[in-house]
Amino acid sequence: MKTLRLAFLLWPALLAAASTLSFAEDRPPGPLPKPQLDAKIAYCKTCHGLSGQGFRGAYPMPRLAGQQPEYLEEQLRAFIERRRLHPLMQNVARALNPATLSAIAAHFKELNPKPLGGAPKDLIAAGKKIYEEGVPEKQIAPCASCHGPDARGDGAMPRLAGQLHDYTTQTLASWSKERGQDPLKPDSSAIMQPIAQGLTHEQAAAVAAYLGSLE
Amino acid sequence: MNAHTARSRIMKRTSAIVAVAVIAALAATPGQTQELPVRNCTWCHGPSAQGSGAAPRIAGQREQYLVSQLHAFHDRSRDNPASKQYMWGATARLSPEMARDFALYFSSLPAEAAEDGDTGLAALGKVIYEQGVPDANVVSCIVCHGPRGEGFEAIPRLGGMSHGYLKSRLEQWGQGYHASARPMPLVARTLSADEIEALASYLSFLK
Repeated sequence: MKTLRLAFLLWPALLAAASTLSFAEDRPPGPLPKPQLDAKIAYCKTCHGLSGQGFRGAYPMPRLAGQQPEYLEEQLRAFIERRRLHPLMQNVARALNPATLSAIAAHFKELNPKPLGGAPKDLIAAGKKIYEEGVPEKQIAPCASCHGPDARGDGAMPRLAGQLHDYTTQTLASWSKERGQDPLKPDSSAIMQPIAQGLTHEQAAAVAAYLGSLE
Repeated sequence: MNAHTARSRIMKRTSAIVAVAVIAALAATPGQTQELPVRNCTWCHGPSAQGSGAAPRIAGQREQYLVSQLHAFHDRSRDNPASKQYMWGATARLSPEMARDFALYFSSLPAEAAEDGDTGLAALGKVIYEQGVPDANVVSCIVCHGPRGEGFEAIPRLGGMSHGYLKSRLEQWGQGYHASARPMPLVARTLSADEIEALASYLSFLK
């Protein structure tokens, strides 16, 4: 009986595994009905914060509030297509109906909580300088030139304002290991690769502290 | 009185003295002032605070979490039945300073894994713990509670907690108790009974 019960419990895992083999086009078309969409958004918010402000657990979970919808949708697609490596988010994104991606992204765009904060304040001034002037000696352009003077992003370029500083630092440090992982499908993450590589850890931490303080 | 009776009386008095000395020594362990009535806790939570019956292990629990729960008992926001029956009274006159002292003390004690879950369900529990069940909107526990169930800051350590205790917490959040413990009520409502069994079993073995 225990074997039967175990088999029963494994069924959802087997289903999930089976669904990874199907392509996105095989999923039911059209966005989810509202109750299911609401449940899916509540699921996102369990980790990313009730207002999408991010959350610090054993790992920092990034702010999604106010994010550029084009960027958010692209990241979810990158997880699904395994161009962006993250075992957890790849699983999460795989379970998303692609037609729902826009609804989810549109929802988070409208949220505007205060930044979670927590960065060392003494790094902010140095971070602001790098954000606005770049690092000319390394041919690193000012971040503001793409991400905007207020770090709110535009289109495919993500909002950075209010992002968790530890998440930003970690993201810059692991850029080439996590993003652009399919050489046959180069994506916009390639733009950031030389920048992420060129910034020292101290410079990244400073920029991250500055960004984490922005509303 | 013969020699035998006198000897046994001396033996009994000696053991009584030894017992008192041991209890006094236990009460005066390093890092604890003489005033901290640890025995008020260990009556139920076990002599080495590893847990006993329905009372969970508090040894090795995260300090910030212990503080937050003592406050939650004191202000009655944590209202599951066992808390109401035992912990509301136990913390009725607890000052914030004492809460900090208790938390500091118990968090520093070594913790043993209960290992009282169902070994047959532990593998499935591990999958749910690490990946959640995205199709069913079940989040992964690992992102907050850590790869070894160690917790983080005020997020509790789960590794090695008793299967029965973890199961009752998850069930009770699903029933609406302790609604202020965000995000656990949300999380617990997504879990099926089988998933709760598997998670609680896995965690009881996790060191």
